[in-house]
Amino acid sequence: MKIQEADAKKLLLAQGLPVPPWEVARSPAEARAAASRLLHGAGHARQVVIKAQVLVGGRGKAGGVRLAATDDEAEHVADDILGMSIKGIAVRKVLVAPAADIVRELYLAAVLDRAARRILLMGSAEGGVEIEQVAATNPDAIVRIHADPLLGLRDWQARELAFRLGLNAHLKATVGIAKGLVRTMLANDADLVEINPLAIVREGAGAGEERLVCLDAKITLDDSALFRHQDHEALRDPDEEAPADAEARRHDISFIHLDGTIGCMVNGAGLAMTTMDLVKRAGGEPANFLDIGGGAKAERVAAAMRLILAEPRVEAILVNIFGGITRGDEVALGLIEARKQQSRDVPMVVRIVGTNAAEAARLLEEAHFETAASLDEAAEKAVAAARAQGQAA
Amino acid sequence: MSILIGRETRLVVQGITGREGEFHARAMQAYGTAIVGGMTPGKGGQKALDDTVPVFDTMSEAVRETGANTSCIFVPAAGAPDAILEAAAAGIGTIFCITEGIPALDMVPVVAAVRAAGATLIGPNCPGATSPGRAKVGIIPGSIHREGSVGVVSRSGTLTYEAVQAMTDAGIGQSTCVGIGGDPIIGSTFLEVLQLFAADPETEAIVLIGEIGGAAEEEAAAWAATNLAGVPKAAFIAGRTAPEGKRMGHAGAIISGGAGTAGSKVAALEAAGFGVAGSPTELPQLLRDAGYRG
Repeated sequence: MKIQEADAKKLLLAQGLPVPPWEVARSPAEARAAASRLLHGAGHARQVVIKAQVLVGGRGKAGGVRLAATDDEAEHVADDILGMSIKGIAVRKVLVAPAADIVRELYLAAVLDRAARRILLMGSAEGGVEIEQVAATNPDAIVRIHADPLLGLRDWQARELAFRLGLNAHLKATVGIAKGLVRTMLANDADLVEINPLAIVREGAGAGEERLVCLDAKITLDDSALFRHQDHEALRDPDEEAPADAEARRHDISFIHLDGTIGCMVNGAGLAMTTMDLVKRAGGEPANFLDIGGGAKAERVAAAMRLILAEPRVEAILVNIFGGITRGDEVALGLIEARKQQSRDVPMVVRIVGTNAAEAARLLEEAHFETAASLDEAAEKAVAAARAQGQAA
Repeated sequence: MSILIGRETRLVVQGITGREGEFHARAMQAYGTAIVGGMTPGKGGQKALDDTVPVFDTMSEAVRETGANTSCIFVPAAGAPDAILEAAAAGIGTIFCITEGIPALDMVPVVAAVRAAGATLIGPNCPGATSPGRAKVGIIPGSIHREGSVGVVSRSGTLTYEAVQAMTDAGIGQSTCVGIGGDPIIGSTFLEVLQLFAADPETEAIVLIGEIGGAAEEEAAAWAATNLAGVPKAAFIAGRTAPEGKRMGHAGAIISGGAGTAGSKVAALEAAGFGVAGSPTELPQLLRDAGYRG
């Protein structure tokens, strides 16, 4: 689960990391009030930065991050940004913070390194740009240090990171931040804690004191660990979760919306991806990824059917079940029930093999379902059905 | 011979008194696997599976009393990491963790501790393994298999069943079929399982079933190119149509920052001499094309 910058910054603060103050505004008037406090309050910021709060990258490039020097300007800028849509996501909130006087920008992140099966600390002297870009153009600029799987990130490792990033003048701060990122990761079960940029900023007027701070924050939480972080449920942004996704989550169905016309219902993630691939190979386009999970009963099958049919573009449905834990006859009963309730008539091709397949076949035949023996045949039949349906419409 | 499990397997099922644990333990026993014990804390002294299997409170007791060498875990996610550590501490050599939904960071120290104990962990979030005609540990339906000499390694569950069924239907049997699990942090990777197959005299061909996310398929392909050069090899990669940045069901199945794509994996496998199938049903023919005669 991705969380918003402002929420990520809260999690960093909770671990004692240096994050400059900010406010969240949902309207131009709120943004104006926030800017006013920052510009005329104790901090005497010369400018404020107003940042779109959306869970997609590239906010800056899209014009979702801008500066303002007065209350009026802040209100106008916020009005612009709050009307924007970035990569299809409507901006509903902005973050308002004092504009930093940046001396130098770096990148620092703690990520789960799958191959090494350890936490990896990744730093780069090139901040403010995407790390993938640095990895492609200047891979030697990236410093990689693995935390010990049993002992964690040790001070000497964090010092090494600081020296290799040229942060000698900020040694103590760097060690604190590096260890803080790993702590944030562990405390919250995050897959990723990314600070980009980590910045040396000048504070106070003129040649003020230089300080290392976290100017941006991106955190991804491990969905599997939400059961032990009740407080994290509040960080799920309802503005950015499609109703179908919330519905799928309620029924323990793994669902991802795609742009095609053939709805897919499958048990198992690998097989669900394969079914999509074979639909594409047969000349069609999948409308979704959908894994009903292991041991699905009739009720979950019916819920899956509703999710698929909620998309008006769907012109045919392909059901592919390889029964192991899942019983074929349970799925067949669920399909029969779902078809009785379904709001519109969409052709369906069903393939059920494995546990209780014979029983399933009998049920499906009695209910006059179109069936297929092999996965390839099922995909071809579904694509043909969608074409016929599309032409009829 | 086979890898990981075989006739010498003496299995303890951790969580045998739970619904899942009991159901699958029954199927394993019916397949012919020697289940020598079950373990559920607080239920020691009971008998499971129609009074045929003693239940123990602890793994150390189970090992001491039965000489068990393998365990299979059906414990809920919150307790599964501990179950793995308990098995390793008791001296179990091969541990299968079927449990789905274990927080990834829990597995980082667990994998390291299991290694330090000298044990092999398969999973979590995996279907287990079958050595057809010898033993099955986990949840793979026994009926899809046929005895033979192709080693199968996969990240998925039902997709593996699909591929194995296609092989069996074509008359191609398996030496061992291993599901390594779809999580980001797993005990044994494709590479580590390929190394076991390479050392197994009965495995004469390889089928690898991967999916988008990570770089484990690429790593395995690079190793196979030199170490399994003369062995017929076929592969299938799921997720050619998966969009970037979305987790496709498995916690580990995600394309991020342009890495972990099906295209990259297919290219690496083809370069290493694998025939890469467009559908799991094509795997048998690709093995034949690669010279497999078994």
